[in-house]
Amino acid sequence: MTDTLERTSESEAPSPNPVDWSKVQKWGSLGGLTMSFIAAIGMVAALDKRIIISPWLSLGFITLLWVPVAYGYIAATEKASDGSPPPVKGARDIISGLVTGLISGALFALFIVIIDAVDLTDVFRNLGPKLVELLTFGLGLGAASVIWIVGSGLLGLIGGALKVVRPTVRRVVSSAAMGVFGVALLELIVTDISQGLHIEFVTDWLYAINGGLTTISAIVVAILFGLLGLRSDDRTLTQRRLDRMNLEPQVLVRRNAIAAAITIAAVIFLPMILGGLTNELLANVGLFVLMGLGLNIVVGSAGLLDLGYVAFFAVGAYTTAILTSPLSPTWTPELTLNFLSWEGWLILAIVLVMAAIAGLFIGTPVIKLRGDYLAIVTLGFGEIVRILFLSDWLSPYFGGAQGITNIPSAALGPVEIKGTNSQAMFYLIAAFVAIAIYVSWRLQKSRTGRAWTALREDEDVAEAMGINTTASKLTAFVTGAMFASIAGMLFAAKVGSIFPSSFKLLVSIIILVIVIVGGMGSIPGVIIGAIVLIGILGGPTQPGLLQEFGQFKLLIYGALLVVMMLKRPEGLWPSLRRQRELHHDEMSQDSWLQGTSYQTGGVPEDEQGGTRYTDDAAPIQDGDG
Amino acid sequence: MSDQAPVLEFRNINVHYGPVHVLKDMNLSINAGELVCLLGGNASGKTTTLKTILGMVQPSSGDVIIDGDVVTGEKIAGIVSRGVTMVPENRRLFKRMTVKENLEIGAYLRTDRDSLDAEMEHIFEMFPRVKERLNQKAGTLSGGEQQMVAVGRALMAKPKVLLMDEPSMGLAPVLVQQNFDIIERINGEGVTVFMVEQNANMALSIADRGYVLLTGRIVLDDTAPNLLANEDLRKAYLGEVD
Repeated sequence: MTDTLERTSESEAPSPNPVDWSKVQKWGSLGGLTMSFIAAIGMVAALDKRIIISPWLSLGFITLLWVPVAYGYIAATEKASDGSPPPVKGARDIISGLVTGLISGALFALFIVIIDAVDLTDVFRNLGPKLVELLTFGLGLGAASVIWIVGSGLLGLIGGALKVVRPTVRRVVSSAAMGVFGVALLELIVTDISQGLHIEFVTDWLYAINGGLTTISAIVVAILFGLLGLRSDDRTLTQRRLDRMNLEPQVLVRRNAIAAAITIAAVIFLPMILGGLTNELLANVGLFVLMGLGLNIVVGSAGLLDLGYVAFFAVGAYTTAILTSPLSPTWTPELTLNFLSWEGWLILAIVLVMAAIAGLFIGTPVIKLRGDYLAIVTLGFGEIVRILFLSDWLSPYFGGAQGITNIPSAALGPVEIKGTNSQAMFYLIAAFVAIAIYVSWRLQKSRTGRAWTALREDEDVAEAMGINTTASKLTAFVTGAMFASIAGMLFAAKVGSIFPSSFKLLVSIIILVIVIVGGMGSIPGVIIGAIVLIGILGGPTQPGLLQEFGQFKLLIYGALLVVMMLKRPEGLWPSLRRQRELHHDEMSQDSWLQGTSYQTGGVPEDEQGGTRYTDDAAPIQDGDG
Repeated sequence: MSDQAPVLEFRNINVHYGPVHVLKDMNLSINAGELVCLLGGNASGKTTTLKTILGMVQPSSGDVIIDGDVVTGEKIAGIVSRGVTMVPENRRLFKRMTVKENLEIGAYLRTDRDSLDAEMEHIFEMFPRVKERLNQKAGTLSGGEQQMVAVGRALMAKPKVLLMDEPSMGLAPVLVQQNFDIIERINGEGVTVFMVEQNANMALSIADRGYVLLTGRIVLDDTAPNLLANEDLRKAYLGEVD
């Protein structure tokens, strides 16, 4: 973690520190518990069918095997305290890793022995003979225990060793491992692209028949990615981005233009070579990007924690359904969602107006609340909206639990965009996402956007500057609502029928997680967050790339959120503003250490009309006034 | 310096916070171009006075008059557009925004947005330091620099009347002196300054006139030299300061 502080051990007099046994014990036990937990919730068994390297490594076992490596690495890390020289590396790290792994393995072996002795399937469905058989590889308990203890010890040793080796080696190893894992996991999309490009022979060679890489292709992929790791340097992604800021403006503009061109080209051409499933995935990602961008304005820019955001998604979807579906309980219109005819635009306009009304209706009474209170009240409103759509009382208008079906597909002129034609659907959604990105970006730079930031920073002072706080907050709230309503409209056109169960609290939470994981207030962050969460893990009802993870999705969301909050609170792709906010303390400390603090002598002397101030400790100049 | 037309007036202002009577029959009259200070100890109603001017607190009776217009009940935005701005206590910059963004927020209500650059140039002229720090986060500045930005932010609104809440609060003595120099300069450029202070000695050394507030009631009202010479005031305040 502190790559910049690392020195090679030869350069300093090695004073071998003793192994921190309590730490090793702690992480070893934690490792055993983590592995047992993962096995107990059924992850190993459920994911065993997904092969990573055929025939000997499945995703199920990877969920166990990463534990000793990671915990061994952590246990080997000696915490450097401020001011003391960086810790000397050496045998102690490797021993720490090894022992951590051994403890984890031993505890896990004990776990296997226990579930073999006591059949707990009545209480915990997964803890039965099947799991034992899987975890003992069909060998006896004794042999399996030895394998787990020795194997886990070796993995722990690798983890500890990774701490000792040079950063370059570490980078190459992790790059190779991530490469193999990634290529194997993304089998679906890689196959899809190679089919689109008519280079199936690559994937035929790459992947085994039952899925997963073959041993040989895994080695090749590892070498390729290892070389890639060799080329990169020690800077973190954020550091790179901060460094980029210091480039010449012309260079920066050119680079940004190139990046934008590549992105646009990818969005336009990629769907053409992708299959239906992948396009479907991308369309779902697009919908959540749209909602994420909206919530990003409310939470990220204006700092209003809205937990009932799904309400506006629902309003957009229901408005579209009522206006267009021939089976709508309220009326039976013959409107279509054709975006080149006036009807499509009329529907869009009505959806936006309804969202604005809903935003004002919900926002006006609650907008004066701050922080936690706002979060709780909006959460309540979100549920109220869903329950109203579900209620028998309003079922003559909204169809109750039966929802509204037969929503016509969208169309662009003569081209009908059915929900089943995921490629066309993706283009439609992408068009709206592009508009939303542009609007978000303009808003961030605008006077309104700046007022939102000021509001988030210090509401009282913002008010004293003449900013109408209530109006500004409502504007943010309503703008966010409009983004979500467009997503709702597209969602209705895409799936063709809507039910109250599509608009649960979980949707609000997942959108919020997208914004947080991506990086609050950052537009690219929202896109990356949506790709990671919706595209790879899957949305509340939409399957992701890793469909096998489906039943563990929420667990992974939760774990991801906790790890992110602890280790990278600024998000995956933070706005540089927020990056600086969160590391502000370090920066001011740095400037203080470098002696560039300006506590005294703030104004040059010539500005002071003859009054002179010294630059050192402030002399008391009071009392003669 | 002053042309004797009151730019800011209080007429029999009473302010209540619930059952607490905070300002009692308060009368103030500040002429254009004057530098007036309001002295008082803790909880004497100084900050409430400023909040009442800005419309953040509504008086239970009495009138606030700006430039001859009764503005009681008007919204903050309305008062700010009439040319009254405040430098809040403890500066309270938007710490995570850049210095430039802070200055721009100060001009939030200005409609003549073309002349903002000129205004900013003027502020740089006054505080060259601010220009150097333009793209730095306001929170990373030193106390003295933050004070300059806080004053600059208020000046961006091109105020006729500048309200200053405890400009000496939380600053090292050398910076307090520097801060009062700044206030004098701004006043010298024709901006009326109404300053609320506990540090009576310093405040009176630059002010034209002063009011003394005691538990919500104005008990003294005189020119600065007279107040400095006033025995009672010396006993009540100056003895305590520093």
